[in-house]
Amino acid sequence: MKKLLLGNEAAARGLYEAGCSFVSSYPGTPSTEITEAAAKYPEIYAEWAPNEKVAMEAAFGACLAGRRSFCGMKHVGLNVAADPLFTISYTGVNAGMVIAVADDAGMHSSQNEQDSRHYAKAAKLPMLEPSDSAEALHFAKLAYELSEAFDTPVLLKMCTRIAHSQSVVELGERVEAAVKPYEKNPGKYIMMPGNAKRRHPVVEERLRKLTEWAETADINRAEPGKDHKMGIITSSTSYQYVKEACGDTYPVLKLGMVWPLPEKKIIEFAKSVNSLVVVEELDSFIEDHCRNLGLACTGECSFPIIDELSPNKVAYELTRTYPTGVKLEEDIPPRPPVMCAGCPHRGLFHTLKQNKCTVFGDIGCYTLGAVAPLAAMDTTICMGASISGLHGFNKASGGEAAGRSVAVIGDSTFMHSGVTGLINTAYNESHSTVIILDNSITGMTGHQQNPTTGVNLKGDPCTKIDLESLCRAIGIQRVRVVDPYDLAACDQAVKEELAADEPSVIISRRPCALLKYVKHPGPIASDPAKCVGCKSCMKIGCPAISMVDKKAVIDATLCTGCGVCTQLCKFDALGGGKKEG
Amino acid sequence: METKNIMIVGVGGQGSLLASKLLGRLLLTKGYDIKVSEVHGMSQRGGSVVTYVRYGDKVYSPVIDKGEADFIVSFELLEAARWTEYLKKGGKIVTNTQQINPMPVITGAAAYPENLVEKMAQAGMDVDAFDALSLAEEAGSAKAVNLVLMGRLSRSFYFTEAEWMEAIAQSVPEKFLEMNKRAFALGRGA
Repeated sequence: MKKLLLGNEAAARGLYEAGCSFVSSYPGTPSTEITEAAAKYPEIYAEWAPNEKVAMEAAFGACLAGRRSFCGMKHVGLNVAADPLFTISYTGVNAGMVIAVADDAGMHSSQNEQDSRHYAKAAKLPMLEPSDSAEALHFAKLAYELSEAFDTPVLLKMCTRIAHSQSVVELGERVEAAVKPYEKNPGKYIMMPGNAKRRHPVVEERLRKLTEWAETADINRAEPGKDHKMGIITSSTSYQYVKEACGDTYPVLKLGMVWPLPEKKIIEFAKSVNSLVVVEELDSFIEDHCRNLGLACTGECSFPIIDELSPNKVAYELTRTYPTGVKLEEDIPPRPPVMCAGCPHRGLFHTLKQNKCTVFGDIGCYTLGAVAPLAAMDTTICMGASISGLHGFNKASGGEAAGRSVAVIGDSTFMHSGVTGLINTAYNESHSTVIILDNSITGMTGHQQNPTTGVNLKGDPCTKIDLESLCRAIGIQRVRVVDPYDLAACDQAVKEELAADEPSVIISRRPCALLKYVKHPGPIASDPAKCVGCKSCMKIGCPAISMVDKKAVIDATLCTGCGVCTQLCKFDALGGGKKEG
Repeated sequence: METKNIMIVGVGGQGSLLASKLLGRLLLTKGYDIKVSEVHGMSQRGGSVVTYVRYGDKVYSPVIDKGEADFIVSFELLEAARWTEYLKKGGKIVTNTQQINPMPVITGAAAYPENLVEKMAQAGMDVDAFDALSLAEEAGSAKAVNLVLMGRLSRSFYFTEAEWMEAIAQSVPEKFLEMNKRAFALGRGA
């Protein structure tokens, strides 16, 4: 049957058809839908782990138990999971194990633009890279065959444009994979120095054999072209842009496996053309390898290592022409993402701004607290960095800084890697004020459950980690909960905890305004007779409020009636005590 | 046939994903090769969003670049203006005239440009601008703007109304089906 599937859904279908029965992942754009789609198959046990490292270790354990296993993550998630990655490369697998990593060239929803192919090379693991949904399905299945044939975890590399593009796939049937009984094998699975020393040569030999396999594999295919003036080596979306620009004019070596690279095949291809061009997104990974093989490449073409490629960028480099359109001679104001109307984070960020706090931010919707007019954030690095960064900042700057600095971190991010930072705060005794923005869901990636929500990935009720008890157990004596819609309560909590001579946690608790079960009071009405145009309500950056003819106007299609602006209006012009709707 | 390119643009949360899903379903039943490209994550939070729909005998790139779009379907007027450079010569813009202020306009840092429909037409673009929001409300829900726009777009395609309705039935939940069909018909007839 033919179906239109996202690259991520197709990869999940590949897992299903390959008989995968264990999935553990942490959500991250653009990887999330692989795991969400896999969880819909009743044959697959699927879970959200608290972070990528835990997910990968769980998937390893499952493959050891004899089940084909999977974990998926975004590029920066692989940094978190890099520790197990480099060592399960040494142990190899029992049943097949596949790890998907999704890069985000162009940083549509990420904090950096790293190129995950370097991980395959560094960890000495094979990496397959599909160029559309049909290949995502095919390569996911192939990855299990390779994993078991070569005794290795296999990386499946996605990117935003493959992960989030739908294309046509042919669905197959699931073939159950027989459970491979676990056998004790300390020399293979206990990576202490003596054993690891014996395993390292096995890894190098495996890489040599995989290179041999790559030489003849049909996923690394040379496509003929009419004009041998130029030959193009490419993969993934770059391949699609090359074909879009040049059709079958030039010969193309299309790589489905980007590590290890088929050296003989590349040299042979280079010999068949007058000049060699490598078209790849982000770093010059394949190109550097070609140069190491002594091949001159790319000639007059210059592909940027910054930002994602596009059909026109590739067309220009290869053909020196590309289509153009008519730009409107007009200043078009940008439309950056904003916190939604009714977002529970808004009130809390307003409080932090009013108190002139130094704010250590973290990864999630609340990173939007950095955007004007709230602009209440000083730094954002990676998952969990808010709490640990604040600790270092406070320790290094002395007591005065702790009186005005806070960390903000979401519930899911806190479970991911904030909790270890809080342990450091308690253990090494900084007077940090940590604010957990508990909106009862993993928001930015599209509402995934997490250990604090009491629901698992399959939608079943499960153990709910209690944030207050956890923080107290860590050794934080001052733990309090506030409602971020209540500005006076937020202000009081922030002032009191900043003043305390010990670490404290404020849990700012209210579910995400977009959750289906959340009932809103409905839009408030503004009273133009009372509005004096002071713009106090404009300080919170709510998309539902705008000034028209110097009066605040509420967009009733957006306003949820959260009441935060009502509390800011000294003239009782915004809904007052009564909310309409 | 040569690949046809449709861009669906709007403000995150306006429901453009349903429009692309509907188009994808319809084109699949017609036996085309198709690619539909979406962006998820942070940009969905009220930011400018774009979905690319491409179909033909063989489609390579999942995205559409400048000067390539046969149609730009816009949920919001400023967004139509933002993406005009992507329109192919002879291409067509189908846009809702609804205006949603972006944050720089809300805060007063920028102004919402005036007379955008006229300016696009003056620049030589074929612009079909109409109030899709009112028609959606007439059909029963402001959220049905996507179906109103698809109805309007459908006038430029050779597919029959029955084929569109079949694709709608496959794309929306049963309880909203009649309302969505009404919205489509209003757009198509408007």
